[in-house]
Amino acid sequence: MSPVEMNLEARFEAYVAEDKKIEPKDWMPDAYRKTLIRQISQHAHSEIVGMLPEGNWITRAPSLKRKAILLAKVQDEAGHGLYLYSAAETLGVTRDQMLDDLHTGKAKYSSIFNYPTISWADIGAVGWLVDGAAIMNQVPLCKCSYGPYARAMVRVCKEESFHQRQGFQIMLTMAQGTPEQKALAQDAFNRWWWPSLMMFGPSDADSPHSGQSMKWNIKRFSNDELRQRFVDMTVPQAELLGLTVPDPDLKWNEDRGHYDFGAIDWDEFFNVIKGNGPCNKERLAARVSAHERGAWVREAAKAHAAKQAERRAKSSTHAA
Amino acid sequence: MSSTQHEWPLWEIFVRSRQGLGHKHVGSLHAADAEMAIQNARDVYTRRQEGVSIWVVPADAITASSPDEKDVLFDPANDKVYRHPTFYQLPDEVNNM
Ligand SMILES: [Fe+2]
Ligand SMILES: [Fe+2]
Repeated sequence: MSPVEMNLEARFEAYVAEDKKIEPKDWMPDAYRKTLIRQISQHAHSEIVGMLPEGNWITRAPSLKRKAILLAKVQDEAGHGLYLYSAAETLGVTRDQMLDDLHTGKAKYSSIFNYPTISWADIGAVGWLVDGAAIMNQVPLCKCSYGPYARAMVRVCKEESFHQRQGFQIMLTMAQGTPEQKALAQDAFNRWWWPSLMMFGPSDADSPHSGQSMKWNIKRFSNDELRQRFVDMTVPQAELLGLTVPDPDLKWNEDRGHYDFGAIDWDEFFNVIKGNGPCNKERLAARVSAHERGAWVREAAKAHAAKQAERRAKSSTHAA
Repeated sequence: MSSTQHEWPLWEIFVRSRQGLGHKHVGSLHAADAEMAIQNARDVYTRRQEGVSIWVVPADAITASSPDEKDVLFDPANDKVYRHPTFYQLPDEVNNM
């Protein structure tokens, strides 16, 4: 390592240690850049693929009001994806490259979106639990060391709380409805509870990148810590709804001041990540198809822009 | 990285949040031309009344100072504390200054 590089590395380390932000043109270690590109683009992909399970219910929402709300929520998720893609691009990766990686299956997205939304109650459960878990994960990222990522997350977090509240309100309405509606709410809760706990990632012991990310101030709390917080926050909400948490081992632990909960089926988690979840193929196919069917629009807009630019150039030479 | 560029050009987006304030950088997005960049910026960055005016600037039209020049550019201001009002110690009897 040259003296100049040592100097730069020392400055980087000092910035991170002092909780200062790293900005796009600042020197940064290659591994830091790579880690961020991977994490931010995966995060962006998750927002975009996450539109699919909810988009599934836009045309079938039970009222015009619910439909408008769901549309706004799904549109927000598109926005989140766009904030994050542009944050990743400040690190030198192109949008084309990221989309390519998603469409070829090289890049991952949150495995939660590989589960189906089979009833309207699922839309409630997704907002309440999936957005709830996402908020838990995302709030600490507002303070992460990379400026553009942190700023994108501030915007995202501001918008997320409406997502969780509208989901909870759907659950509340159904839980207080007819016995059939309450049964649908319980069924959705049963199916989304465990995958939501898996959203925090593998247990700390099996999370290889966590240590380095903590040192770089990209990650601030461990997976298990955030998962515990989510359980502690959500169980009383389930009680308020009058729904049963689908975990026979769930119990308040007076000594720890936390809920104890049952073992997570990590085989299921890794199996879904590998591509064998109920909807992996459907989700990816929907993304690829949307991208391909939109190709002519992108081309046409480019051709139109080129033509307009040419016209402007001509008329300005005439004027001169 | 792919050699042929398919993606639309990148635009930096600046939003005036209300009358009386300056435009502030909020992020970037891709669009085929300036008009589309403004429409997209409306949808991406002002869904909750965050703005009353939008500037879009082609990202490659921006020239930025380099972090390496930080010292050269900004150090000269370090030792000119007399540019700040707090540098001047005045008798307590002097009010409103
Ligand atoms: Fe989101
Ligand atoms: Fe959300």
